[in-house]
Amino acid sequence: MTAMCDVAFLLLTFFMLATKFKPPEPVVVSTPKSISDITVPHGDIVLLLTVDAKGRIYVAMDDRPTRQSVIEMVNSDKDLKLTKEEMNTFVADASEGIPFSALKAYLDATPDQQKVDEVNAAGVPADTAVLAPNNELAEWIKAARTTNGKIRICIKADGAASYPSVQKIIKTLEGYKIFKFNLITDLKGIPVGTAAYDDAHKGDAKK
Amino acid sequence: MAEMDTSGGGHKKGPGVKKGKKLSTRIDLTPMVDLGFLLITFFMYTTTLAKPKTMEINMPYKDPNDKVEPNKIKESVALTVLLSKNHRVYYYEGMASDPTKPPDLKATTFAAKNGIRDEIIAKKKMVDDMKRAGTLTAKDEMTVLIKPDTTSSYGDMVNMLDEMNINDIKVYAIIDITDVDQNFIKETEVANGVK
Repeated sequence: MTAMCDVAFLLLTFFMLATKFKPPEPVVVSTPKSISDITVPHGDIVLLLTVDAKGRIYVAMDDRPTRQSVIEMVNSDKDLKLTKEEMNTFVADASEGIPFSALKAYLDATPDQQKVDEVNAAGVPADTAVLAPNNELAEWIKAARTTNGKIRICIKADGAASYPSVQKIIKTLEGYKIFKFNLITDLKGIPVGTAAYDDAHKGDAKK
Repeated sequence: MAEMDTSGGGHKKGPGVKKGKKLSTRIDLTPMVDLGFLLITFFMYTTTLAKPKTMEINMPYKDPNDKVEPNKIKESVALTVLLSKNHRVYYYEGMASDPTKPPDLKATTFAAKNGIRDEIIAKKKMVDDMKRAGTLTAKDEMTVLIKPDTTSSYGDMVNMLDEMNINDIKVYAIIDITDVDQNFIKETEVANGVK
């Protein structure tokens, strides 16, 4: 009986030390499946653009200094008149799906109200042209890239999201001459009898 | 182990004592084990060990000031794929650059058998045969032009890109759908009585 208790606490210690808390996701997104098994390289700072099934865009960065710098840049560029406390609230919160016009009110609200707002919000507005006035996504991307030129841009979109909503993101990136990015996908097995399957099992036949 | 006995042994009932005081402190430790498992379950659900998998995308370099579109792709190696609603896939050989010869649009799905994958494999074989026969040089690679319609979903585009990886197609591009292609789709839908 004592042994079982020991095992339980060992497992508990392992989980406490070896894992990181999942970043709070604004929406549940089921990404499409692909055979690609490359993972995001450890240690890369990621600008995560989440697109849910309805086409709403959320911007998230997992690095606090980056978030600090981005909100300061956006504040001065768009003249949002955010106070220090509001900017700190932004830095503490992981992701963002509110248009600039509602941003100040959102950051002022209580955490419960924020949760409600986030669910009902329309997401970050975007457009295919980088210079379009309602393309706020372009502002976020510009601020993030200015802060860190090597930031890795990852798009995590729901499989049911309409292509035009993702096309807006891709066109905005192209407008900023960003041609390399990553799409987050679920892993699926390589179908038997295809070229990729033969490539993957090339070494097996030789054994 | 479910309980700890820290009693000093039961006291003997002495003469004249009405009630025997039994001091036995048995601590039941089952709740501690329960807490342990609760915490494990909490950490299992709220943390993650695995990093999400990604697909690397390299879009072709496009200079917005560059008006000239170098169309160096040969018609014979090209396969145009149009993605439409309800996961439907239309495809035709070549790039429909000749307005007098409208292409023969065929409809298919992403199914593993008799779907777009089999068509891609067939076209690839055709290109390889042409290379062997000498009609094409060794530099000519099969090219797939992917044109997603406004009614297609993001999942369709990812599936198509995945097919490129599965079938080892090295040259492909995601291009905006043209009005000409949209008309082709409309005509095919009307001809087959599809909404």
